[in-house]
Amino acid sequence: MGRRDVAGKRTKAGAAGVPVTTVVTLCLYVAGRAPNSVKAIANLEAICRRYLADGYKLEIVDVCEHPRRALADGVLVTPSLTKVAPAPTSIVIGNLSDTGGVLAALGLQAGNME
Amino acid sequence: MGVVARKSVVRRPLSKVATGVRGFDEISHGGLPQSRTSLVVGGPGTGKTVFALQALVNAVQERKQPGIFVAFEELTEEIFANAATFGWPLPALAKGPLFFLNARLSPQLVQSGNFDLSGMLAILEAKKQDLGASWIVFDGIDVLLSLLQNPDAEMREIYRLRDWLAHNELTAIITAKADGDSSMAVNYGFMQFMVDCVIRFDRRLEQAIPIRRLEITKYRGSGFAAGEFPLSFGPDGMEVAAPAATPIHPEVSTERVSTGFADLDSMLGGGLLRASSTLITGAPGTSKTTLAGQFAEDACRRGERTLFVSFDEGGERIRRNLTSVGIHLDEYVKSGLLRMYSGRTDAINPEEHLLRIAALMLEHQPRCMVIDPLSAIARTGALSSARAIGNRLMYKVRDQQITAVITALVDGDNPQVEATELQLSTIADTWIHLSYLVRSGERNRALTIIKSRGTQHSNQVRELILSAEGPALMDVYSSGGEVLMGTLRWEKEAEESARKLRQQAEFTHKRRELQFAEADIAARMAALQLDLARKRAELALYNREDEAHRMSAREWKSELRRLRSADATATAKTPPGKRRRTAASSGRNNGNGAP
Repeated sequence: MGRRDVAGKRTKAGAAGVPVTTVVTLCLYVAGRAPNSVKAIANLEAICRRYLADGYKLEIVDVCEHPRRALADGVLVTPSLTKVAPAPTSIVIGNLSDTGGVLAALGLQAGNME
Repeated sequence: MGVVARKSVVRRPLSKVATGVRGFDEISHGGLPQSRTSLVVGGPGTGKTVFALQALVNAVQERKQPGIFVAFEELTEEIFANAATFGWPLPALAKGPLFFLNARLSPQLVQSGNFDLSGMLAILEAKKQDLGASWIVFDGIDVLLSLLQNPDAEMREIYRLRDWLAHNELTAIITAKADGDSSMAVNYGFMQFMVDCVIRFDRRLEQAIPIRRLEITKYRGSGFAAGEFPLSFGPDGMEVAAPAATPIHPEVSTERVSTGFADLDSMLGGGLLRASSTLITGAPGTSKTTLAGQFAEDACRRGERTLFVSFDEGGERIRRNLTSVGIHLDEYVKSGLLRMYSGRTDAINPEEHLLRIAALMLEHQPRCMVIDPLSAIARTGALSSARAIGNRLMYKVRDQQITAVITALVDGDNPQVEATELQLSTIADTWIHLSYLVRSGERNRALTIIKSRGTQHSNQVRELILSAEGPALMDVYSSGGEVLMGTLRWEKEAEESARKLRQQAEFTHKRRELQFAEADIAARMAALQLDLARKRAELALYNREDEAHRMSAREWKSELRRLRSADATATAKTPPGKRRRTAASSGRNNGNGAP
């Protein structure tokens, strides 16, 4: 499966024309075609499409193929989602089936983003 | 343990790998099953993590087998700190053959939906290949599994883990908290089924003293010692109190070992028998420690390695106290010949002492040993267990052919009290009892040999006296069937010496008297001799005078006659001549009267 960029960077321009960098950088660690991992990818992609339409960067790392990278990144269980930027970083484990929980952990308010 | 392991190899295809946990390798007949999984279960603080770590450290240090430690519960820093107390250099090992995965999930971590272990196992597999690891420990797996919040999911992950372990042929230890009725209970049975060996750890209080125990409840394809075994933490790791192998007594020695106390040696018919154990019982302050110290000092003087175990006081204090009675142990401690172990009995349980002493015996290899006082172990914990430990310790000492002096405190002066308490006296070869005898308002120390196997010994009660020159056994006087001690003995002694003195004085006096008499007589003889000489001289003078007188008288008479020319006046002139003759005769008598 490997690393894949799902969406490109996009810059959202503010009302006053000042560029605001709100690019959310995410990294999802999965374990091959394990059911939870497959579910997590689907759930995350849905969340990103709906709530991060303005711009986000998502990297998906297959731990089975890149175990040393995962180890260096401190990944323990799969699936595991890390919000790399903006600070503060946060980690969500599980297949991300609880959308509200994921958004809260990522610091995104479902209502605001709609 | 190695012998046992080889035997099992012959019988079964299962091979075992030693854990290095002293005692455990014995009861498991060789250690853990190689390339298989063992489950370690028990409540918190029972020693599960230490057990797993010790096996891992042992494998890397003894057999150069790299390993992985996955910590779900504790931070690796905490683990390192704990391991340092046993002298395991984990930070150094973690740079090389050991890998520690800090798998404690951060409290900030948010869970959303189900997760699994496949990612972690992929990471570990990569690490295993990097290191060439043959061991893996999952410490506190229950912490991770409980996050799944779903028995089915837990079961699935346990299956996943089992498959992964089987595939990787790792010798694995999985530890899990389980008190029997915890949340783990559902899958606990299944976990037991999936592994090849199950070790249960337990910790409970016995009279406010925590006692840890270990039990092998399952060992697929292997025999093991059934039952619970006490375990403790020694200075270099965990130790399990395995039952001693059946002792094979070598030929009994007839060599005599000095007690360091010539008087006592002679009472014992030449000393203690080599490899025998001697029990010294007595009330507090009857100088049990002094006798034990004397024995230790003499053993060191002979160049024999000695172990001094004291239960109440520290080694320093004991040495200082012994110095005051002329027993000097410091130099031997410095030279390493003497090892002192002191354990406060209320701090740890008796079982732990036994293990530590056994470890010291193994390390120091003493020929002579002192345990002072063994009775202290009965102060904590149940009497029955203290009794069992006391006996085990004594058997252990004997099995290792160590000549031992063991003291025991007994209340009161009746030594039979001991027989009902720790029952050490039945095992001891020699039993010396120290007591106070109170008589005439004094307490005096008395020493009796109650028994001494295989040796002639004195039956007499002797008085023990302590001085800066060391202890001494005084000769005793018996009077009316009782031994006299202290003042009574002193009185008797004084009486005796007074009598001697008197006798001597009498002799001297008599001799002097006779000398005086002799001198007196000699002096008197000399005086009389002088007197005699004087009297003789006087007599001679007198005779001459008398002669002269008579001559002159005759001349005078003849002159008178011539002048008067008559005979009639001759009779009238006799009186003056008569008077002179009488005086001369009395002087002669005096001179002749001397004896």
